[in-house]
Amino acid sequence: MRYLPLSADDRGQMLAAIGVDSVDDLYRDVPAGGRLTSPIELPGHTGEIEVERALTSMAARNTPAGGAPSFLGGGIYRHFVPAAVDHLIQRGEFLTAYTPYQPEVSQGTLQYLFEFQTQVALLTGCDVANASMYDGATACAEAVIMAGRITKRKKAVVSGALHPHYAAVTATSTEFLGLELVTPNPDLTGEEDLSAMIGGDTACVVVQNPDFFGRVRDLTALADACHAQGALLVVVVTEIVALGLIKSPGEMGADIVAGEGQSLGNALNFGGPTVGLMATRQKFVRQLPGRLVGQTTDVDGQRGFVLTLSTREQHIRRDKATSNICTNSGLCALAFTIHLTMLGEVGLRKMAALNHAGAMRLAERLAGMAGVEVLNESFFNEFTVRLSKPASGVVDALAEKGVFAGVPVSRLLPDAEQLLLVAVTELNSDDDMDRLVNELEEALR
Amino acid sequence: MSAPETYTGNRGLQMEEPLIFEADSPGLCGVDFPDADITSDRLGGVKREGDIGLPGMAEPQVVRHYLRLSQKNYSIDAGFYPLGSCTMKHNPRLNEKLARLPGFAGLHPLQPETTTQGALELIDATAHWLSVLTGLPGVAMSPAAGAHGEFAGLMTIRAALEDRGDARKRVLVPESAHGTNPASAHACGYAVESIPANDRGRVDLDAFRAALDTDVAALMLTNPNTCGLFEDEIIEIAEAVHEAGAFFYCDGANFNAIVGRVRPGDLGIDCMHINLHKTFSTPHGGGGPGSGPVVLSEALTPYAPVPYVVRDGNRFRLIEDEGASDAKPFGRIKGFHGQFGVFVRALAYMMSLGADGLKQVAEDAVLNANYLMASLEDVLSAPFAGPCMHEVLFDDRFLADSGVSTLDFAKAMIDEGFHPMTMYFPLVVHGALLMEPTETESKAALDSFIGTVRSLAEKAKAGDAELFHEAPHLTPRRRLDETAAARKPVLRWLPPED
Repeated sequence: MRYLPLSADDRGQMLAAIGVDSVDDLYRDVPAGGRLTSPIELPGHTGEIEVERALTSMAARNTPAGGAPSFLGGGIYRHFVPAAVDHLIQRGEFLTAYTPYQPEVSQGTLQYLFEFQTQVALLTGCDVANASMYDGATACAEAVIMAGRITKRKKAVVSGALHPHYAAVTATSTEFLGLELVTPNPDLTGEEDLSAMIGGDTACVVVQNPDFFGRVRDLTALADACHAQGALLVVVVTEIVALGLIKSPGEMGADIVAGEGQSLGNALNFGGPTVGLMATRQKFVRQLPGRLVGQTTDVDGQRGFVLTLSTREQHIRRDKATSNICTNSGLCALAFTIHLTMLGEVGLRKMAALNHAGAMRLAERLAGMAGVEVLNESFFNEFTVRLSKPASGVVDALAEKGVFAGVPVSRLLPDAEQLLLVAVTELNSDDDMDRLVNELEEALR
Repeated sequence: MSAPETYTGNRGLQMEEPLIFEADSPGLCGVDFPDADITSDRLGGVKREGDIGLPGMAEPQVVRHYLRLSQKNYSIDAGFYPLGSCTMKHNPRLNEKLARLPGFAGLHPLQPETTTQGALELIDATAHWLSVLTGLPGVAMSPAAGAHGEFAGLMTIRAALEDRGDARKRVLVPESAHGTNPASAHACGYAVESIPANDRGRVDLDAFRAALDTDVAALMLTNPNTCGLFEDEIIEIAEAVHEAGAFFYCDGANFNAIVGRVRPGDLGIDCMHINLHKTFSTPHGGGGPGSGPVVLSEALTPYAPVPYVVRDGNRFRLIEDEGASDAKPFGRIKGFHGQFGVFVRALAYMMSLGADGLKQVAEDAVLNANYLMASLEDVLSAPFAGPCMHEVLFDDRFLADSGVSTLDFAKAMIDEGFHPMTMYFPLVVHGALLMEPTETESKAALDSFIGTVRSLAEKAKAGDAELFHEAPHLTPRRRLDETAAARKPVLRWLPPED
């Protein structure tokens, strides 16, 4: 078997050195009732050719959005990732290293995470960021828990325009921590007034920008309202490319930013793995969950990097830790940071501008169609339209023709039958938009 | 002869590399885009003004930067990585190739179900393998990592208990457990009670029975445990747990020792997370992404979180809505559908090895660990008698009076070209050194490691403490000041003040 380097001869010599007759003797502590007496009912070992054939045929039973005119968003976005990114993250020294607990042999991982933390801090307009989380939704939940720790309050006001998965994960993750979530109805009109819901017992307000329906808002007044009551503002960003063109949450007064970084460096991957982002103010750094890389010096006085503030973490603090998290999204964070380094200041701004320009063009075209109403005043690269027919049926019909029209909101909010989320990135050509408009006309006729 | 100082600070192939922010070439960009003319915008009045502060580079500069960084890392590709409890085994490249197939990597999670049938089939097939290998019928695929799986498992248990009107308050955790266990129990609102180990390195059965009552929701046990030993009284433990009306949670971090030979379900375990990035060879990636599916008994399965895949004849359906079926999911713990890209790799691995190969994996992993134990126990000090499972535990008695600590010893391994073993864990022995060789090391690699450890142990005992205190000598950076890093945290680059 190709992954196993011991020969039969090796095994014999090693058993002799141990002083046992067979490997069964090494399992003698397994009680009789726990030993398998018959073979497991699964296929036997298989060559590389057969495995590749089987999984390639499974992959062929999918119609990937990656290769079609696709306007799917809703928290996961298809962007152009330069070839160098995937090449570099597959270097064995990155791919097959463990968590950098031994800094002398992990300066590569530690330095890129330090650079990643700096990039995330710059993008979000925050003082500091951690070394990544599982995904945006879990980062959002951890932000609420963190706000509870900081303020020692028990109530969180959660916007009705927060991504429904983020709201659900936050509700599940906080259920037994004594936190109460207050959520208005889904905010289809953009008229919710979260400021009115803040009280002296509010730990934080959670708001997404651009929100789930694509709307962009100035959060400065909301931040002021939070701070006036001693509450924190948590801002969720699911499309990180937006921060190339809109004001950062930090500039608008956010205390904690929780985001999804998939858009940079990472494929769609059917939604996972991705890379959660988390940033905050310097003064809250000891309440941050997850791994942190810090700068220090070695015994020769040279600059180096280490994992730091581990006294927050579960392997030291056990049940008193800030979180049970023991993993970040190292390799996804690497893809994110390489892509962002490729882009730089100029590239990210240009990419963001292309997204916005494309979305404006499509919004204008859709607004002129019968049976389509564009609901957004403001947006970055995604907006909501109301169709004259149930959106999921229209989406299914267009998928049959090889066009992914967007995300029917009813997939996440069952009552919003006619709403469709439409996202446009730099990968959508004018031809894609023609196809969408033509097929939509037909489907809505 | 020691190497001369260099003008550059580089040392042959070992290059110094600045931060990207210090290598900024303003205006350069590694990606060519068409111009986007935005004369007007619809950004709600919040267009960004001013620079973000990101550095500029062209592609060659970017490639060189990250390549040089990569060369400052140790990796399983490069050498022996005997980190106990981490299962650093070879990561087959076929799995990387398959995860990148456009039919997988290019799938959006919110595409219509009819266009993702192959992906749902893949999730179902992965779950099937895990279910058969563990002897437990239900599988929750969405947890993103082992600790996330612990949380999911305990939430499932909590939901099942509350559904029968039997809310309980405590979770029992042996003192040798991973730190995530008590942290996860706390995240589910449980009080944690620690159970001591006996002098054989297993759970102290009397102490466990004394702590067990009808207020205990679950026992969280790692088996094989973190001392590298099989819990030989596990069936009695399971019976006691069930008699008390509690559930038996197993931390499956060490499943690599028994896969294909022992099914946790046969031991009386109700719930176990599986680290796909350990037993099933998906890359650790410098700290993630992981994946921690949870296998569940029949009693617990209805409470598994959304989403999950069900099979209707030839068609696969994804249940995303908590109210959409007869089941009683406890909630949602992750955006979308779990670490799909990791599932592709794990399934490719399981199919490659098959039932027979996975059994051989466990046996070779256990054989390798016992070979290390037999070859080292006369010069190191083993706190517990063997046989061990897939990892072998030593303590620091062999270093008594040498002036060399466990840490010093591990750092000296680095100069010899080995990654250190896990140190100071588990906490139940003094100065622990926990070695997990995995099945993907050859006998020659083990012999080289054994020879080195023996020589270093003899050197330490001979009184050459200074060499150890200063190790490692040959790495890009030597021992780093972790105390200073924590006292005044510098967590990002800032432009130098003029």
